Amino acid sequence: MNQFIYKPGEHPDLPPPSNTVGPIAWVRANLLSSPTNIVLSVLSIWFLYEIIPATLEWAFLDAAFTGESRDECRAKAGGACWAFIGERFNLFTYGFYPADERWRIDLTFFLLCLALIPVLWDRCPLRKFGLYFACAFPFIAGWLLLGGFGLTPVDTDEFGGFMLTLVIGVTGISFSLPIGILLALGRQSNLPIVRVFSVGFIEFFRGVPLITLLFVASTMLNYFLPKGTTFDLLLRVLIMVTLFASAYMAEVIRGGLQALPRGQYEAADAMGLKYWTSMRLIILPQALKISIPGIVNTFIGLYKDTTLVIIIGLLDPLGVGRASLADTKWTGLSNEMYLFVAIFFFISCFGMSRYSLYLEKKLATGHER
Amino acid sequence: MAEAAIASHPRRNPISRLWNDKQSRSVIIQVITISLVFAFFAYIIHNAVVNLQAIGKGFSYNFLWQPSSYDINQHLIEYDSRSTHFRAMLVGIINTVLVAICGIVLASIVGFILGVLRLSKNWIVNRLAYCYIEYVRNVPVLLHILLVHGLIVHAFPVPRQAISIGDVTYMTNRGIFSAKPIYEPLFLVVVVLFLFSLAFMWWFKRHAKKVQDETGQRYPVFWIGLGTIVGMPLVAFFLLGSPISWDMPELKGFNFTGGMVIRPEFIALLLALSLYTAAFIGEIVRAGILGVYYGQTEASYALGINRGRTLSLVVIPQALRIIVPPLTSQYLNLTKNSSLAVAIGYMDIVATIGGISLNQTGREMECMIIVLALYLVMSLIISAVMNWYNKRIKLVER
Repeated sequence: MNQFIYKPGEHPDLPPPSNTVGPIAWVRANLLSSPTNIVLSVLSIWFLYEIIPATLEWAFLDAAFTGESRDECRAKAGGACWAFIGERFNLFTYGFYPADERWRIDLTFFLLCLALIPVLWDRCPLRKFGLYFACAFPFIAGWLLLGGFGLTPVDTDEFGGFMLTLVIGVTGISFSLPIGILLALGRQSNLPIVRVFSVGFIEFFRGVPLITLLFVASTMLNYFLPKGTTFDLLLRVLIMVTLFASAYMAEVIRGGLQALPRGQYEAADAMGLKYWTSMRLIILPQALKISIPGIVNTFIGLYKDTTLVIIIGLLDPLGVGRASLADTKWTGLSNEMYLFVAIFFFISCFGMSRYSLYLEKKLATGHER
Repeated sequence: MAEAAIASHPRRNPISRLWNDKQSRSVIIQVITISLVFAFFAYIIHNAVVNLQAIGKGFSYNFLWQPSSYDINQHLIEYDSRSTHFRAMLVGIINTVLVAICGIVLASIVGFILGVLRLSKNWIVNRLAYCYIEYVRNVPVLLHILLVHGLIVHAFPVPRQAISIGDVTYMTNRGIFSAKPIYEPLFLVVVVLFLFSLAFMWWFKRHAKKVQDETGQRYPVFWIGLGTIVGMPLVAFFLLGSPISWDMPELKGFNFTGGMVIRPEFIALLLALSLYTAAFIGEIVRAGILGVYYGQTEASYALGINRGRTLSLVVIPQALRIIVPPLTSQYLNLTKNSSLAVAIGYMDIVATIGGISLNQTGREMECMIIVLALYLVMSLIISAVMNWYNKRIKLVER
C-alpha cells in the first residue's frame, strides 16, 4: 500500500480511464449516446449493409467491361455493362466533332487548364502574364473550336458531349460575372432610371424558368432580328444562359454590397474618390469577398443548367447518352449512362464548391466574431 | 467648392462643365439610358412587325378559342381533344401548380428532416445525410428527373403483375392505381363539421394563450385539437353510416380502368424535384439552426424549459428568421424547375400551351408570351406569400 502514497507534486501521470479514450469510447459517444441514437445507428448500418455490397457487385464485381453489344455484356455478367460507355466515350467527350480535328479540342482543354492555374492559384510564378493569357483565352478557344484563319471551319451543330458542356459553362461563367456586377451596381445606383431598368431586367430573368428562355431563343428570336439574319443556335443559347446567370449573379452581389457597413461607402466618398474608383478600390473587393459562396453557387447552378439544352435539341452528354440508348445494340442501359454523366457533373461541381470553401478560408481576415 | 473649381477653369467648354456637375451628369446618364433602352425595344418590335407581316401572320389570341385536338393524360378539370386551347392551357396551369405545391410540401418536410439529421451528434447518420446532400446538389436536376422516371418505368411491373397493396392500390409502371372516393350528399355534413372544428380550434388556441398569459394555466391544446379536428368528423362520418363509396380499379386487358390513377410522370417529377430541393433546404435549415446562438438554448434550459419546448419556443422561431428568405428562393426554384416536366412528358404549362399548342397553331410569339407571363405571375405570388410570412415572423424592433 505504501507505494501508492506520493509526496505532493510527485504523482506520476496516469493514463486516462480506458472508457474515455480509444475506439470504444468514440463509438459510445458518437453512435450509442442515447436510445434514439442507437436506433438511428442500427438503421443506418442496416441501410449501408443493404446498399453498399449490392452496388459494388453491380458496378464492379459483376460488371462487364468489354463487349460489342448489350447482349454480349449480359452473357458475360449480370451487372453493369461498361463496354457501352467505353465504346461511346469519344462521342461523350467530343460530340460529332470531325475526328481529324479533335486535337483542337484537346489543345483547347489543355489551354483552359493552363489559363485556370494563374486565376485559381494566387502565388503562381509570372501570375500577371498568366492573367493576361486567361483574358485572351476565350478568344483563342473560340478560334480553335470554330476554325477559320487557317483552320478548317467546324459548324457548331457538330459540337456535343462534355465539350459542349464546357463551352457553355465556361462562356456563361466568364461573362455572367462582369454583367452581374454591373447589374448589381445599377440596382444600387442613385439614378432612378438606371435602377428601374436593372430591377426590371433582374426580376424578369429570375422570374421565368431557363427552359422557357431557351424556347424563346430557339423559336422566337428570329422574329426580333432584321429580316434574313441567321443566328447560330449555340450562340443564342450562350446569350440566354449568360443573361439568366447574370441576373442571379446580380442578386448575390447585391447581397454583398448591402452587407458592407455604410461607413465604407462614406469613407470612400470622404476620400474624394470618384464613383468608379471607389467601387473598384474599396467597395467591390470587400463585397465580392463576402459573396464568394453565393457566386460559386451560381456558377455551379449555371454549370448544371447546361444540361437543359437537350430540350431544344443540342447534344450535351445527357443528350448524347439518350441518343445512344436509342441504338438497338445498347438499348436499356440507362442506369450506366446516367451514373457516368452524374459522376462527371459531380466531380466538376464538387471541385468548384471545395475551391470556394478554400477561398473563403484564405480570404477571411479575422473580422468575424 | 464646385464653384471654385469651375471659376479656376473659366474657359472649359460647356459640355465638360455639365458633365462635371453631379446633378446634370445624372440627368444626362439617365436620358442616355432611357433613350438607348427605348431605341432597343423600338428596334426589335419594328423587326417583329416587319417579319410577321412578311410571312403573313398577324398577332392575335383568337386561336385560344379553337379546338385543341390533342389529348392530355392527366387533367383535373373536364378536358378532351375537342376542348379549346384555352382549356388546355388551364389544364397545364393546374398540373404545374399541383406538382409545385406537392413538391414544396414534400421538399420542406424532407429538407427539415435532412437538416436535423445533418446536425445529429450520431456520426454515421450525420455522414449519410452529408453524402446524400452533396451527391444531390452536385448533379443536374434534369438528370435526376430522367433517372427517377427511368427507374419507375423499368423497376415497376406491368399492370398484369401489379404490386397490390391490400387489393385497393396497385403499383405498376403505368402509375399507381387506387380506389376513387365517390361522395354521397351526406358527406357534406362531415366537411362542414371539419371546417367548423378548424374555426373552433383557431378560436380555442387564442383563448388558451390568453388564459396562459393571465393565469399561467395551460390547456392541453394539442390533444384537444386532435380530438376536435380529427375525432369529431370521424365520429360523424361513422354515425352517418360512411357516406362514401369507392370506385375500384379493375384490370381490363393490358391496363387498369376505373379508380384513380397517379401517373408515373407525375410521381417521377414530384420525387425528383422535391428530393433535389430537399437537399438545398436541408443545408438552409442546418445553417439556420446553427445561426441561433447556443446561449439561447442554454438560457432556456437554465429556466427549466424542457428540450422539446426549447426547440419549439426558443430555437425554431429564431432560426426561421434566418431560414425563410433563402427558403423562398428554393420554393421559387422548385416551381421554375417543374418546367423540366417537358423532358418526361408531364403535361405542364410548357408542354401544353408552350409545346403542343404552339406547334399546332404556329403562334410562337403569343404562346411564349403567355408562358413567360404565367411563370412571372407564379413567381410573384410565391414571393408575396413568403414575404408576408417573413414579415410576420420578423423580429419586432422597438
